Amino acid sequence: MTGPLERLGRWVLDRLTALGRANLFLLRLVGALAFLVRRPGLLVRQLYAVGVLSLPIILVSGLFVGMVLGLQGYANLVDFGATSSLGTVVALSLIRELGPVLTALLYAGRAGSALTAEIGLMKATEQLASMQMMAVDPFARVLAPRFLAGFIAVPLLTAIFTAVGILGGYWVAVVQLGVDGGAFWAQMQARVLLWEDIGNGVAVKSVVFALLANWIALFEGYEAHPTSEGVSLATTQTVVATSLAVLGGDFLLTALMFGAW
Amino acid sequence: MLSSPLPADAAPPCSGRLVTVRGLSFRRGERVIFRDVDLDIPRGKVTAIMGPSGTGKTTLLRLLGGQLRPDAGLIEVDGLRVPELGRRELYQLRQRMGMLFQSGALFTDLSVFDNVAFPLREHTRLSEKLIRTLVLMKLEAVGLRGARALMPAELSGGMARRVALARAIALDPMMVLYDEPFAGQDPISMGVLTQLIRTLNDALCLTSVIVSHDVKETAAIADYLYLLSDGQIVEHGTPGELGRSASPWVDQFMHARPDGPMSFHYPAPPYETELLLREPA
Ligand SMILES: Nc1ncnc2c1ncn2[C@@H]1O[C@H](COP(=O)(O)OP(=O)(O)OP(=O)(O)O)[C@@H](O)[C@H]1O
Ligand SMILES: [Mg+2]
Repeated sequence: MTGPLERLGRWVLDRLTALGRANLFLLRLVGALAFLVRRPGLLVRQLYAVGVLSLPIILVSGLFVGMVLGLQGYANLVDFGATSSLGTVVALSLIRELGPVLTALLYAGRAGSALTAEIGLMKATEQLASMQMMAVDPFARVLAPRFLAGFIAVPLLTAIFTAVGILGGYWVAVVQLGVDGGAFWAQMQARVLLWEDIGNGVAVKSVVFALLANWIALFEGYEAHPTSEGVSLATTQTVVATSLAVLGGDFLLTALMFGAW
Repeated sequence: MLSSPLPADAAPPCSGRLVTVRGLSFRRGERVIFRDVDLDIPRGKVTAIMGPSGTGKTTLLRLLGGQLRPDAGLIEVDGLRVPELGRRELYQLRQRMGMLFQSGALFTDLSVFDNVAFPLREHTRLSEKLIRTLVLMKLEAVGLRGARALMPAELSGGMARRVALARAIALDPMMVLYDEPFAGQDPISMGVLTQLIRTLNDALCLTSVIVSHDVKETAAIADYLYLLSDGQIVEHGTPGELGRSASPWVDQFMHARPDGPMSFHYPAPPYETELLLREPA
C-alpha cells in the first residue's frame, strides 16, 4: 500500500524521533549522576566490570597492533635508511588514531554489547519496572553508575592500549630488527607533541568516543524490545552504531585537529 | 511475628476509601482494554479482582501504580491523583505501595536475601543488623528463610514468587498489589500464603488488592470481589453476595463453565470462516 517515498519519510521521522529520545535519555542520565556521590560503591563495581575486565583484550590487542606497526614501518623506512624515525611513526599512529579508535571499537564489542544485553534483559524481565514500582529510579541506580564507569574507563584503556602498543613496536623494531634503541626513543620524544598529539589524540578523541560508546550501549539496551529477539537485535545494533559513530566521529575530529583546511 | 516499624499512634485510620477509580478508559492500540470502569478499594480490606486471562487485570494494577496512564478517567490513591503526579510525588506514593509482579521480577544479580533487603537499603537508613532481622522475618513468613543465600536462577517458579512477595512487603507498605500470588503454588504454600495475606492485612491495616484466577482461595480471603470481563466490571460484591448472585457471568466464572457470556477466546473472526479461507499460496 505505502509507496517508497512514504516509507522513506516514515523511516526518516523514526530516526529523528529516536535521536530526540536519545538526547533526552542523555540528559536524564547526566542528571542522575549526582546520585553517585551518595553511593560511590555502585561506581566502583561497574568500573571493575567495564574497565578491569576489558584489560586483557586491550593489552593483547595493543601489543599486536604495536608489533605490526613496527614491522610495517620498518619494511617501508628501511629502503630510505630512515629506520631511526620508526619510533615516531609507531607512536604517532597509535597516539593520533589507532589507540583511541581501536580501543573504542574493542570496548564496544567487549563492554558495550554486554551493557546493552544486561539493560535489555533487565527490561525484558521487568526488573526495571519492579525497581520503579519500589520507587527506585533505574536511571540513578542502574544506568548512571554504568555510564560514568564507562566514561572513565575508555580514556584510561586508550592510554594503556597506546602505551602497550609503543612497547610492542619497540620490541619488534629494537629487540628483533636491530633498530637503534636510543634513536627510537629520542626521535619519538622530539617529534611527538604533548598537546597537539597526545592531547588531541589520546585525550580528546577518547573522551568523545567514551561518551558515544556508553551512550549508545545504554540507550540501545533501554530502548530494546522486551523480547529475546529485541535484546539480541539491540546488542548487534550497539556494536554497529558505535563502530559507525566512532569511525565517522574520528574522521570529523581528525579533520578539525590535524586537517590541512 | 510481623510487626510494623511504625509506632502504634502513627497508624493511619483503618477505614474509608483508599483507591477511587472513575470512568477509567484505556486502550492498547485499537484494542479497548477498559471502557468506563468505576471501582473502589476500601482501606484495610482485601479486595480481589478476577476475570478471564487477558482482560486487563495486570493492566489495572499498572494503572494504579502509575506505570501506565489512562486515556480518560480518574485514578485516586490515598487522595492523590496518580496520573497527574510528578516523578518525585509518584515515587513518594510508591514507597507506600508494594507490588508483586506476575513474573516475580527478582533482581537476577542479587541473592534472595539482597532482593528482600533491596527496598530497605534504598529507602531507609537502618543498620545492617536491623535489616538482617527484618529480612529474615519476611523470609520466615514466606517459608524461605533457609533459601536466603540462593540466587534467583536457583529458585523454582513458586519460590521466586514467594521471595518477590517478601520483597513487596519489606517496607510494610500501606497497600500491596498482588498479581497472581497463588500461581504455581502447591496446596500447602497456597494455604500459607492466603493466611499470610490475611494476617498482614489485619495486623497492619494493610490494604490488599489481589488479582487471581484461583476462585476458591481468593473468595476465601477476599472481603470484596470485582469481576472483570471485556473491559468492564460485570459484577461486584462480597464473596457471599456473589455466591448467591444469579448473574450469568458469576455463574460461569465461579463454576468454570466453558459456555456463558465470557469468552475464552481472544477476539477473532468466526472459526469456520477462517478454516475455509485458503491461505494465499
Ligand atoms: N505491552 C503491551 N502492548 C500491547 N498490548 C498489551 C501489552 N500488554 C498487554 N497487552 C494486552 O492487554 C490485554 C490485557 O493484558 P493483561 O496483562 O492486563 O491481562 P491479564 O488480565 O493480566 O491476563 P492474565 O490473567 O493472563 O495475566 C491483553 O489482551 C494483552 O493482549
Ligand atoms: Mg496478568
